[in-house]
Amino acid sequence: MEPEEKTFETRDLTISMGPQHPATHGVLRLVLDLDGENVVKCTPYVGYLHRGVEKLGENRTYFAALPLSDRLDYISSMNNNVGYVNAVEKLFGIEAPERAKFIRTMVAEMGRVSSHIIWLGTHVLDIGATTPFLHAMAQRERIMDLFEMLCGARLTVSYPRVGGVRNDISQEFLDALYEFVLEFPSHMDDYETLVTENRIWKDRTVGIGVISAEEAINWGLTGGTLRGSGVDYDIRRYAPYDAYDKVEFDVPVGKAGDCYDRYLVRVGELRQATRIIKQCIERLPAGPTMADAPKLTLPPKDMILKDMEHLIHQFILITKGPSIPEGEIYVATEVPKGELGFYFVSDGTGKPYRMRVRAPSFVHASVLPRLCKGGLIADVIANIGTIDIVLGECDR
Amino acid sequence: MEASQIVEKIRERFPEEVLDVREFRGQVSVTLKKERILDIFSYLHDDPDLFLDYLIDVCGADYLGKKRKRFEVVYHLYSIKHRHAVRIKAEVDGDEPSIDSVMPIWAGANWHEREAYDMYGIIFKGHPDLRRILLPEDWEGYPLRKDYPLKGPEKEWPGFLEVLDKAKKYKEFEWRG
Repeated sequence: MEPEEKTFETRDLTISMGPQHPATHGVLRLVLDLDGENVVKCTPYVGYLHRGVEKLGENRTYFAALPLSDRLDYISSMNNNVGYVNAVEKLFGIEAPERAKFIRTMVAEMGRVSSHIIWLGTHVLDIGATTPFLHAMAQRERIMDLFEMLCGARLTVSYPRVGGVRNDISQEFLDALYEFVLEFPSHMDDYETLVTENRIWKDRTVGIGVISAEEAINWGLTGGTLRGSGVDYDIRRYAPYDAYDKVEFDVPVGKAGDCYDRYLVRVGELRQATRIIKQCIERLPAGPTMADAPKLTLPPKDMILKDMEHLIHQFILITKGPSIPEGEIYVATEVPKGELGFYFVSDGTGKPYRMRVRAPSFVHASVLPRLCKGGLIADVIANIGTIDIVLGECDR
Repeated sequence: MEASQIVEKIRERFPEEVLDVREFRGQVSVTLKKERILDIFSYLHDDPDLFLDYLIDVCGADYLGKKRKRFEVVYHLYSIKHRHAVRIKAEVDGDEPSIDSVMPIWAGANWHEREAYDMYGIIFKGHPDLRRILLPEDWEGYPLRKDYPLKGPEKEWPGFLEVLDKAKKYKEFEWRG
Protein backbone atom coordinates (compact mmCIF):
# COMPACT_ATOMS: atom_id res chain seq x y z
CA MET A 1 0.00 0.00 0.00
CA GLU A 2 1.22 3.48 -0.85
CA PRO A 3 2.06 5.49 2.21
CA GLU A 4 -0.43 8.22 2.60
CA GLU A 5 1.16 11.49 1.70
CA LYS A 6 0.66 13.88 4.50
CA THR A 7 0.64 17.45 3.36
CA PHE A 8 0.99 20.13 5.92
CA GLU A 9 0.68 23.78 5.25
CA THR A 10 3.53 26.17 5.62
CA ARG A 11 3.28 29.87 5.32
CA ASP A 12 5.86 32.42 4.36
CA LEU A 13 7.50 34.00 7.31
CA THR A 14 9.84 36.95 7.60
CA ILE A 15 12.13 37.04 10.60
CA SER A 16 14.83 39.39 11.67
CA MET A 17 18.02 37.68 12.74
CA GLY A 18 20.25 39.99 14.71
CA PRO A 19 21.53 42.61 15.32
CA GLN A 20 21.91 41.07 18.79
CA HIS A 21 22.09 37.46 17.66
CA PRO A 22 25.30 35.92 19.06
CA ALA A 23 26.09 34.00 15.88
CA THR A 24 26.15 37.10 13.69
CA HIS A 25 29.56 38.05 15.15
CA GLY A 26 28.71 41.60 16.07
CA VAL A 27 25.88 43.74 14.90
CA LEU A 28 24.83 42.25 11.61
CA ARG A 29 21.11 42.10 10.95
CA LEU A 30 19.69 39.66 8.44
CA VAL A 31 16.08 39.78 7.36
CA LEU A 32 15.20 36.26 6.31
CA ASP A 33 12.19 35.42 4.17
CA LEU A 34 11.40 31.83 5.03
CA ASP A 35 9.35 29.08 3.52
CA GLY A 36 9.23 26.54 6.30
CA GLU A 37 12.89 26.21 7.24
CA ASN A 38 14.19 27.15 3.80
CA VAL A 39 15.61 30.58 3.20
CA VAL A 40 13.94 32.18 0.19
CA LYS A 41 15.63 35.52 0.50
CA CYS A 42 18.22 36.98 2.80
CA THR A 43 18.74 40.72 3.11
CA PRO A 44 21.63 41.94 5.25
CA TYR A 45 21.47 45.30 7.00
CA VAL A 46 24.76 46.78 8.11
CA GLY A 47 25.87 50.13 9.44
CA TYR A 48 25.15 49.77 13.16
CA LEU A 49 28.83 50.36 13.88
CA HIS A 50 29.40 53.16 11.39
CA ARG A 51 31.78 55.73 12.83
CA GLY A 52 32.76 57.64 9.70
CA VAL A 53 36.38 56.53 9.63
CA GLU A 54 36.85 57.89 6.09
CA LYS A 55 35.54 61.33 7.00
CA LEU A 56 37.65 61.39 10.16
CA GLY A 57 40.72 60.35 8.20
CA GLU A 58 40.28 63.29 5.84
CA ASN A 59 40.41 65.65 8.80
CA ARG A 60 43.49 64.24 10.50
CA THR A 61 47.13 64.19 9.49
CA TYR A 62 48.65 60.97 8.18
CA PHE A 63 50.29 60.27 11.55
CA ALA A 64 47.27 61.11 13.65
CA ALA A 65 44.95 58.86 11.63
CA LEU A 66 46.91 55.67 12.37
CA PRO A 67 44.85 54.72 15.46
CA LEU A 68 41.69 54.86 13.33
CA SER A 69 42.95 51.83 11.44
CA ASP A 70 43.11 49.85 14.71
CA ARG A 71 39.40 50.22 15.09
CA LEU A 72 38.53 48.74 11.73
CA ASP A 73 39.03 45.07 12.33
CA TYR A 74 39.55 45.16 16.07
CA ILE A 75 40.63 41.55 16.46
CA SER A 76 43.57 41.89 14.12
CA SER A 77 44.47 45.54 14.61
CA MET A 78 48.14 44.82 13.94
CA ASN A 79 47.41 43.82 10.35
CA ASN A 80 45.37 46.96 9.75
CA ASN A 81 48.22 49.09 11.07
CA VAL A 82 50.66 47.32 8.77
CA GLY A 83 48.33 47.93 5.84
CA TYR A 84 47.92 51.58 6.73
CA VAL A 85 51.61 52.34 7.17
CA ASN A 86 52.48 50.50 3.96
CA ALA A 87 50.04 52.68 2.05
CA VAL A 88 51.29 55.89 3.63
CA GLU A 89 54.93 54.93 3.06
CA LYS A 90 54.22 54.33 -0.59
CA LEU A 91 52.55 57.73 -0.81
CA PHE A 92 55.46 59.43 0.96
CA GLY A 93 57.98 57.51 -1.13
CA ILE A 94 59.94 56.14 1.81
CA GLU A 95 60.84 52.61 2.74
CA ALA A 96 61.19 51.03 6.14
CA PRO A 97 64.58 49.51 7.04
CA GLU A 98 65.06 45.76 6.74
CA ARG A 99 64.77 45.01 10.45
CA ALA A 100 61.50 46.92 10.73
CA LYS A 101 60.13 45.02 7.74
CA PHE A 102 60.91 41.67 9.37
CA ILE A 103 59.38 42.80 12.66
CA ARG A 104 56.23 43.95 10.87
CA THR A 105 55.93 40.68 9.00
CA MET A 106 56.33 38.83 12.27
CA VAL A 107 53.72 40.83 14.18
CA ALA A 108 51.31 40.79 11.25
CA GLU A 109 51.43 37.01 11.26
CA MET A 110 50.83 37.06 15.01
CA GLY A 111 47.75 39.12 14.28
CA ARG A 112 46.73 36.55 11.70
CA VAL A 113 47.07 33.74 14.23
CA SER A 114 45.04 35.73 16.74
CA SER A 115 42.27 36.49 14.24
CA HIS A 116 42.10 32.99 12.77
CA ILE A 117 42.11 31.32 16.17
CA ILE A 118 39.12 33.43 17.22
CA TRP A 119 37.44 32.62 13.93
CA LEU A 120 38.09 28.91 14.51
CA GLY A 121 36.72 29.03 18.04
CA THR A 122 33.58 31.01 17.28
CA HIS A 123 32.83 29.32 13.98
CA VAL A 124 32.85 25.85 15.48
CA LEU A 125 30.98 27.16 18.52
CA ASP A 126 28.21 28.48 16.27
CA ILE A 127 27.87 25.10 14.68
CA GLY A 128 27.81 23.32 18.00
CA ALA A 129 31.31 22.27 19.04
CA THR A 130 31.93 24.03 22.33
CA THR A 131 35.25 22.44 23.29
CA PRO A 132 37.67 24.09 20.83
CA PHE A 133 36.35 27.57 21.67
CA LEU A 134 37.81 27.67 25.18
CA HIS A 135 41.13 26.20 24.05
CA ALA A 136 41.30 28.66 21.16
CA MET A 137 40.69 31.60 23.47
CA ALA A 138 43.52 30.39 25.72
CA GLN A 139 45.93 30.47 22.77
CA ARG A 140 44.66 33.86 21.72
CA GLU A 141 45.33 35.13 25.22
CA ARG A 142 48.98 34.18 24.79
CA ILE A 143 49.20 36.32 21.66
CA MET A 144 47.59 39.20 23.54
CA ASP A 145 50.20 38.82 26.28
CA LEU A 146 52.94 38.85 23.67
CA PHE A 147 51.52 42.06 22.18
CA GLU A 148 51.48 43.57 25.64
CA MET A 149 55.11 42.62 26.10
CA LEU A 150 55.90 44.15 22.72
CA CYS A 151 54.23 47.54 22.95
CA GLY A 152 52.12 47.77 26.10
CA ALA A 153 48.77 47.47 24.36
CA ARG A 154 46.80 44.28 23.95
CA LEU A 155 44.00 44.94 21.50
CA THR A 156 44.43 48.23 19.66
CA VAL A 157 48.18 48.23 19.32
CA SER A 158 49.22 51.04 16.92
CA TYR A 159 52.68 49.51 17.01
CA PRO A 160 53.86 49.95 13.40
CA ARG A 161 54.69 53.52 12.49
CA VAL A 162 55.08 55.30 9.18
CA GLY A 163 58.70 54.51 8.29
CA GLY A 164 59.21 51.59 10.64
CA VAL A 165 57.99 50.43 14.02
CA ARG A 166 57.50 52.23 17.33
CA ASN A 167 60.21 50.48 19.29
CA ASP A 168 62.74 47.73 18.79
CA ILE A 169 61.90 44.29 20.11
CA SER A 170 63.57 42.72 23.14
CA GLN A 171 65.29 39.37 23.40
CA GLU A 172 62.80 38.41 26.09
CA PHE A 173 59.93 38.92 23.63
CA LEU A 174 61.68 36.92 20.93
CA ASP A 175 62.26 34.01 23.29
CA ALA A 176 58.66 33.98 24.41
CA LEU A 177 57.42 34.17 20.83
CA TYR A 178 59.74 31.41 19.70
CA GLU A 179 58.49 29.19 22.46
CA PHE A 180 54.90 29.90 21.37
CA VAL A 181 55.68 29.16 17.74
CA LEU A 182 57.31 25.83 18.54
CA GLU A 183 54.40 24.78 20.70
CA PHE A 184 51.48 26.08 18.66
CA PRO A 185 51.37 23.40 15.89
CA SER A 186 50.70 20.71 18.50
CA HIS A 187 47.67 22.70 19.70
CA MET A 188 46.53 22.91 16.09
CA ASP A 189 46.75 19.12 15.92
CA ASP A 190 44.44 18.95 18.93
CA TYR A 191 41.82 21.19 17.36
CA GLU A 192 41.98 19.35 14.09
CA THR A 193 41.53 16.03 15.88
CA LEU A 194 38.36 17.42 17.41
CA VAL A 195 36.93 19.04 14.31
CA THR A 196 38.37 18.23 10.90
CA GLU A 197 37.21 14.64 10.49
CA ASN A 198 34.26 14.96 12.84
CA ARG A 199 31.14 13.55 11.19
CA ILE A 200 28.77 16.17 12.58
CA TRP A 201 31.11 18.92 11.47
CA LYS A 202 31.31 17.51 7.97
CA ASP A 203 27.54 17.11 7.80
CA ARG A 204 27.12 20.76 8.62
CA THR A 205 29.78 22.20 6.32
CA VAL A 206 30.48 19.96 3.30
CA GLY A 207 28.52 21.22 0.32
CA ILE A 208 27.12 24.23 2.18
CA GLY A 209 27.44 27.74 0.76
CA VAL A 210 29.12 26.60 -2.44
CA ILE A 211 30.47 29.33 -4.69
CA SER A 212 32.45 28.63 -7.86
CA ALA A 213 35.81 30.21 -8.64
CA GLU A 214 34.49 32.49 -11.41
CA GLU A 215 31.59 33.62 -9.31
CA ALA A 216 33.79 34.25 -6.28
CA ILE A 217 36.06 36.51 -8.35
CA ASN A 218 33.05 38.26 -9.84
CA TRP A 219 31.75 39.01 -6.37
CA GLY A 220 35.13 40.41 -5.39
CA LEU A 221 35.83 37.91 -2.64
CA THR A 222 39.36 37.79 -1.28
CA GLY A 223 41.45 36.03 1.32
CA GLY A 224 40.52 32.60 2.61
CA THR A 225 37.00 32.96 1.26
CA LEU A 226 38.32 33.21 -2.30
CA ARG A 227 41.04 30.61 -1.88
CA GLY A 228 38.47 28.13 -0.61
CA SER A 229 36.98 28.25 -4.11
CA GLY A 230 40.29 27.21 -5.62
CA VAL A 231 41.67 30.56 -6.75
CA ASP A 232 45.34 30.93 -5.95
CA TYR A 233 45.40 34.63 -5.12
CA ASP A 234 47.34 35.93 -2.17
CA ILE A 235 48.71 39.46 -2.07
CA ARG A 236 51.57 38.35 0.16
CA ARG A 237 52.73 36.12 -2.66
CA TYR A 238 51.89 38.10 -5.81
CA ALA A 239 52.55 41.66 -4.68
CA PRO A 240 54.81 41.15 -1.68
CA TYR A 241 55.14 43.91 0.86
CA ASP A 242 57.38 44.08 3.94
CA ALA A 243 59.48 40.91 4.16
CA TYR A 244 57.08 38.45 2.58
CA ASP A 245 59.38 38.01 -0.41
CA LYS A 246 62.16 36.85 1.91
CA VAL A 247 60.30 34.09 3.74
CA GLU A 248 58.99 30.81 2.47
CA PHE A 249 55.38 29.86 2.87
CA ASP A 250 52.68 27.96 1.05
CA VAL A 251 49.30 29.33 0.09
CA PRO A 252 46.64 26.76 1.00
CA VAL A 253 44.00 26.53 -1.71
CA GLY A 254 40.69 24.67 -1.54
CA LYS A 255 38.71 23.01 -4.29
CA ALA A 256 34.99 22.79 -3.74
CA GLY A 257 34.29 26.34 -2.58
CA ASP A 258 32.08 25.21 0.29
CA CYS A 259 32.26 25.95 4.01
CA TYR A 260 34.45 22.94 4.66
CA ASP A 261 37.12 23.95 2.15
CA ARG A 262 37.19 27.47 3.48
CA TYR A 263 37.70 25.97 6.92
CA LEU A 264 40.60 23.84 5.66
CA VAL A 265 42.22 26.84 3.98
CA ARG A 266 42.15 28.92 7.15
CA VAL A 267 43.45 26.07 9.27
CA GLY A 268 46.26 25.69 6.74
CA GLU A 269 46.95 29.41 6.99
CA LEU A 270 47.31 29.13 10.77
CA ARG A 271 50.10 26.60 10.30
CA GLN A 272 51.75 28.72 7.61
CA ALA A 273 51.60 31.77 9.87
CA THR A 274 53.63 30.03 12.56
CA ARG A 275 56.08 28.95 9.87
CA ILE A 276 56.51 32.58 8.75
CA ILE A 277 56.97 33.84 12.32
CA LYS A 278 59.62 31.19 12.93
CA GLN A 279 61.55 32.20 9.83
CA CYS A 280 61.32 35.88 10.74
CA ILE A 281 62.80 35.23 14.17
CA GLU A 282 65.58 33.13 12.74
CA ARG A 283 66.48 35.58 9.97
CA LEU A 284 65.90 38.83 11.85
CA PRO A 285 68.60 41.25 10.65
CA ALA A 286 70.29 43.84 12.85
CA GLY A 287 69.98 47.55 12.22
CA PRO A 288 67.71 50.51 12.77
CA THR A 289 63.92 50.17 13.07
CA MET A 290 62.99 53.56 11.66
CA ALA A 291 63.60 54.94 8.18
CA ASP A 292 66.15 57.72 7.84
CA ALA A 293 63.72 60.38 6.64
CA PRO A 294 63.37 62.97 9.42
CA LYS A 295 60.94 65.16 7.46
CA LEU A 296 58.50 62.32 6.95
CA THR A 297 58.73 60.19 10.10
CA LEU A 298 58.06 60.90 13.74
CA PRO A 299 61.16 61.47 15.89
CA PRO A 300 61.99 58.85 18.56
CA LYS A 301 60.04 59.28 21.78
CA ASP A 302 63.02 59.56 24.12
CA MET A 303 64.42 62.42 22.03
CA ILE A 304 61.06 64.24 22.17
CA LEU A 305 61.22 64.20 25.95
CA LYS A 306 64.81 65.46 26.04
CA ASP A 307 65.27 67.78 23.12
CA MET A 308 63.23 70.85 22.15
CA GLU A 309 63.86 70.64 18.38
CA HIS A 310 62.50 67.11 18.27
CA LEU A 311 59.48 68.18 20.31
CA ILE A 312 58.69 71.01 17.90
CA HIS A 313 59.22 68.73 14.96
CA GLN A 314 56.83 66.14 16.35
CA PHE A 315 54.24 68.80 17.12
CA ILE A 316 54.36 70.12 13.56
CA LEU A 317 54.10 66.63 12.06
CA ILE A 318 51.09 65.67 14.17
CA THR A 319 49.14 68.91 13.86
CA LYS A 320 50.07 70.24 10.43
CA GLY A 321 51.43 67.13 8.77
CA PRO A 322 54.35 66.66 6.40
CA SER A 323 54.55 68.21 2.95
CA ILE A 324 54.26 65.55 0.28
CA PRO A 325 53.70 65.59 -3.47
CA GLU A 326 50.25 65.54 -5.03
CA GLY A 327 49.07 62.17 -6.27
CA GLU A 328 47.00 59.14 -5.49
CA ILE A 329 47.84 55.60 -4.55
CA TYR A 330 46.07 52.39 -3.72
CA VAL A 331 47.95 49.85 -1.64
CA ALA A 332 46.47 46.54 -0.61
CA THR A 333 47.67 44.12 2.03
CA GLU A 334 46.53 40.66 2.95
CA VAL A 335 44.83 40.83 6.34
CA PRO A 336 43.25 37.73 7.93
CA LYS A 337 39.87 38.58 6.41
CA GLY A 338 41.04 39.25 2.89
CA GLU A 339 42.29 42.23 0.95
CA LEU A 340 42.46 45.43 2.95
CA GLY A 341 43.19 48.37 0.67
CA PHE A 342 43.85 51.99 1.39
CA TYR A 343 43.27 54.55 -1.34
CA PHE A 344 44.77 57.95 -0.64
CA VAL A 345 44.39 61.12 -2.66
CA SER A 346 46.93 63.72 -1.63
CA ASP A 347 46.55 67.38 -2.50
CA GLY A 348 49.98 68.30 -1.17
CA THR A 349 48.91 69.13 2.38
CA GLY A 350 49.52 67.14 5.53
CA LYS A 351 46.06 65.59 5.51
CA PRO A 352 44.73 63.16 2.92
CA TYR A 353 42.21 64.76 0.57
CA ARG A 354 40.41 61.45 0.28
CA MET A 355 40.97 58.36 2.36
CA ARG A 356 39.16 55.26 1.26
CA VAL A 357 39.23 51.97 3.11
CA ARG A 358 38.46 48.92 1.01
CA ALA A 359 37.29 46.57 3.72
CA PRO A 360 37.13 42.83 2.98
CA SER A 361 34.32 42.23 5.48
CA PHE A 362 32.11 44.72 3.64
CA VAL A 363 32.45 42.78 0.40
CA HIS A 364 32.09 39.42 2.12
CA ALA A 365 28.91 40.49 3.89
CA SER A 366 27.46 41.52 0.52
CA VAL A 367 27.76 37.95 -0.76
CA LEU A 368 25.63 36.53 2.07
CA PRO A 369 22.32 36.70 0.13
CA ARG A 370 23.95 34.65 -2.62
CA LEU A 371 25.33 32.03 -0.21
CA CYS A 372 22.23 31.72 1.96
CA LYS A 373 19.59 31.57 -0.75
CA GLY A 374 17.93 28.19 -0.95
CA GLY A 375 19.60 26.81 2.17
CA LEU A 376 18.32 26.19 5.67
CA ILE A 377 18.41 28.62 8.59
CA ALA A 378 21.12 26.50 10.18
CA ASP A 379 23.24 26.99 7.05
CA VAL A 380 22.96 30.76 7.41
CA ILE A 381 24.91 30.43 10.65
CA ALA A 382 27.54 28.29 8.96
CA ASN A 383 27.81 30.81 6.13
CA ILE A 384 28.24 33.80 8.42
CA GLY A 385 30.98 31.98 10.27
CA THR A 386 32.79 30.81 7.18
CA ILE A 387 33.11 34.18 5.45
CA ASP A 388 34.74 35.49 8.62
CA ILE A 389 33.39 39.03 8.91
CA VAL A 390 34.00 41.65 11.55
CA LEU A 391 31.39 44.35 11.59
CA GLY A 392 33.75 47.05 12.82
CA GLU A 393 35.54 46.76 9.52
CA CYS A 394 32.38 46.31 7.48
CA ASP A 395 30.74 49.48 8.77
CA ARG A 396 33.88 51.54 9.27
CA MET B 1 50.95 43.58 -18.94
CA GLU B 2 52.13 46.96 -17.75
CA ALA B 3 49.48 49.47 -16.79
CA SER B 4 50.69 51.87 -19.48
CA GLN B 5 50.03 49.19 -22.10
CA ILE B 6 46.49 48.77 -20.79
CA VAL B 7 46.02 52.50 -21.18
CA GLU B 8 47.28 52.29 -24.78
CA LYS B 9 44.73 49.60 -25.52
CA ILE B 10 41.91 51.69 -24.09
CA ARG B 11 43.11 54.69 -26.08
CA GLU B 12 43.25 52.64 -29.26
CA ARG B 13 39.75 51.29 -28.84
CA PHE B 14 38.02 54.36 -27.37
CA PRO B 15 40.09 57.38 -28.47
CA GLU B 16 37.30 59.87 -27.76
CA GLU B 17 36.68 58.75 -24.21
CA VAL B 18 40.08 59.16 -22.55
CA LEU B 19 40.45 62.55 -20.89
CA ASP B 20 43.60 62.24 -18.84
CA VAL B 21 46.28 59.71 -17.90
CA ARG B 22 48.48 60.14 -14.87
CA GLU B 23 51.21 58.13 -13.28
CA PHE B 24 52.29 58.40 -9.67
CA ARG B 25 54.64 56.01 -7.83
CA GLY B 26 54.24 53.44 -10.59
CA GLN B 27 50.44 53.42 -10.49
CA VAL B 28 48.52 54.58 -13.53
CA SER B 29 45.10 56.18 -13.39
CA VAL B 30 42.96 56.91 -16.42
CA THR B 31 40.20 59.51 -16.37
CA LEU B 32 37.31 58.76 -18.71
CA LYS B 33 34.06 60.34 -19.79
CA LYS B 34 31.15 58.67 -18.10
CA GLU B 35 28.85 58.18 -21.12
CA ARG B 36 30.28 54.93 -22.51
CA ILE B 37 31.68 53.61 -19.25
CA LEU B 38 29.77 50.35 -19.47
CA ASP B 39 31.12 49.57 -22.97
CA ILE B 40 34.66 50.26 -21.83
CA PHE B 41 34.29 48.06 -18.78
CA SER B 42 32.83 45.16 -20.72
CA TYR B 43 35.78 45.46 -23.10
CA LEU B 44 38.24 45.47 -20.18
CA HIS B 45 36.48 42.54 -18.58
CA ASP B 46 36.12 40.36 -21.68
CA ASP B 47 39.24 41.02 -23.74
CA PRO B 48 41.47 37.93 -23.34
CA ASP B 49 44.68 39.97 -23.07
CA LEU B 50 43.31 42.33 -20.44
CA PHE B 51 40.82 40.09 -18.62
CA LEU B 52 40.31 42.44 -15.66
CA ASP B 53 37.94 40.06 -13.91
CA TYR B 54 38.27 41.29 -10.35
CA LEU B 55 36.76 44.63 -9.38
CA ILE B 56 38.70 45.54 -6.25
CA ASP B 57 36.82 48.63 -5.30
CA VAL B 58 34.40 51.34 -6.37
CA CYS B 59 34.35 54.61 -4.50
CA GLY B 60 33.36 58.20 -4.98
CA ALA B 61 35.45 61.32 -4.46
CA ASP B 62 34.40 64.93 -4.09
CA TYR B 63 36.54 67.66 -5.70
CA LEU B 64 34.41 70.63 -4.70
CA GLY B 65 35.89 73.73 -6.32
CA LYS B 66 39.04 71.87 -7.33
CA LYS B 67 38.07 70.34 -10.63
CA ARG B 68 35.81 71.16 -13.54
CA LYS B 69 33.36 68.46 -12.60
CA ARG B 70 32.67 67.98 -8.94
CA PHE B 71 32.58 64.21 -8.46
CA GLU B 72 34.67 61.31 -9.54
CA VAL B 73 33.86 57.62 -9.33
CA VAL B 74 37.02 55.59 -8.91
CA TYR B 75 37.26 51.96 -10.00
CA HIS B 76 40.19 49.73 -9.11
CA LEU B 77 40.53 46.76 -11.43
CA TYR B 78 42.76 43.72 -11.25
CA SER B 79 43.28 40.62 -13.31
CA ILE B 80 43.72 37.47 -11.24
CA LYS B 81 44.90 35.59 -14.32
CA HIS B 82 47.44 38.09 -15.68
CA ARG B 83 48.27 39.85 -12.39
CA HIS B 84 47.98 43.41 -13.63
CA ALA B 85 45.99 46.32 -12.32
CA VAL B 86 44.67 49.68 -13.46
CA ARG B 87 42.72 52.52 -11.91
CA ILE B 88 39.83 54.00 -13.87
CA LYS B 89 38.17 57.27 -12.92
CA ALA B 90 34.97 58.66 -14.35
CA GLU B 91 34.00 62.32 -14.08
CA VAL B 92 30.51 63.07 -12.81
CA ASP B 93 28.69 66.40 -12.71
CA GLY B 94 27.92 68.18 -9.48
CA ASP B 95 24.22 68.74 -10.19
CA GLU B 96 22.21 65.54 -10.16
CA PRO B 97 25.26 63.28 -10.27
CA SER B 98 24.61 59.98 -12.01
CA ILE B 99 26.53 57.24 -13.79
CA ASP B 100 25.80 53.78 -15.17
CA SER B 101 26.01 50.94 -12.70
CA VAL B 102 28.61 48.24 -13.39
CA MET B 103 26.48 45.60 -11.71
CA PRO B 104 25.84 43.78 -15.04
CA ILE B 105 29.59 43.06 -15.26
CA TRP B 106 30.67 42.63 -11.65
CA ALA B 107 28.21 41.44 -9.03
CA GLY B 108 30.61 42.68 -6.35
CA ALA B 109 29.91 46.30 -7.30
CA ASN B 110 26.55 46.07 -5.54
CA TRP B 111 27.43 47.33 -2.08
CA HIS B 112 30.27 49.57 -3.21
CA GLU B 113 27.85 51.52 -5.40
CA ARG B 114 25.29 51.66 -2.64
CA GLU B 115 27.94 53.09 -0.36
CA ALA B 116 28.98 55.71 -2.92
CA TYR B 117 25.31 56.68 -3.21
CA ASP B 118 25.01 56.79 0.56
CA MET B 119 28.09 58.95 1.06
CA TYR B 120 28.06 61.20 -2.03
CA GLY B 121 24.56 61.02 -3.45
CA ILE B 122 25.76 59.69 -6.79
CA ILE B 123 22.94 57.83 -8.57
CA PHE B 124 23.96 54.57 -10.22
CA LYS B 125 21.58 54.00 -13.12
CA GLY B 126 20.48 50.41 -13.51
CA HIS B 127 21.39 49.36 -9.97
CA PRO B 128 18.68 46.95 -8.78
CA ASP B 129 18.63 47.98 -5.14
CA LEU B 130 19.99 51.49 -4.64
CA ARG B 131 19.30 52.23 -0.99
CA ARG B 132 21.37 53.77 1.76
CA ILE B 133 23.60 51.16 3.32
CA LEU B 134 25.67 52.44 6.23
CA LEU B 135 23.40 55.27 7.31
CA PRO B 136 19.74 55.00 8.31
CA GLU B 137 17.33 55.19 5.40
CA ASP B 138 15.80 58.49 6.55
CA TRP B 139 19.16 60.24 6.92
CA GLU B 140 19.45 63.64 5.26
CA GLY B 141 22.53 64.77 3.41
CA TYR B 142 25.62 62.99 2.13
CA PRO B 143 28.35 62.90 4.78
CA LEU B 144 31.50 62.47 2.70
CA ARG B 145 30.79 65.54 0.57
CA LYS B 146 33.26 68.28 1.33
CA ASP B 147 30.54 70.78 2.25
CA TYR B 148 29.07 68.47 4.90
CA PRO B 149 30.19 69.53 8.40
CA LEU B 150 32.53 67.17 10.25
CA LYS B 151 30.54 67.42 13.48
CA GLY B 152 27.38 66.31 11.72
CA PRO B 153 24.12 68.03 10.85
CA GLU B 154 22.57 70.80 12.94
CA LYS B 155 19.36 68.90 13.39
CA GLU B 156 19.59 65.62 15.30
CA TRP B 157 18.53 62.50 13.43
CA PRO B 158 14.87 61.72 14.37
CA GLY B 159 15.70 58.08 15.08
CA PHE B 160 18.08 59.13 17.84
CA LEU B 161 15.53 61.53 19.38
CA GLU B 162 13.10 58.63 19.46
CA VAL B 163 15.62 56.54 21.40
CA LEU B 164 16.16 59.38 23.88
CA ASP B 165 12.41 59.72 24.37
CA LYS B 166 12.04 56.03 25.01
CA ALA B 167 14.92 56.03 27.48
CA LYS B 168 13.19 58.80 29.40
CA LYS B 169 9.90 56.95 29.33
CA TYR B 170 11.36 53.69 30.59
CA LYS B 171 13.23 55.43 33.40
CA GLU B 172 10.26 54.87 35.71
CA PHE B 173 10.92 51.15 35.61
CA GLU B 174 14.50 51.60 36.75
CA TRP B 175 15.74 49.81 39.84
CA ARG B 176 15.66 52.11 42.85
CA GLY B 177 17.59 50.23 45.53
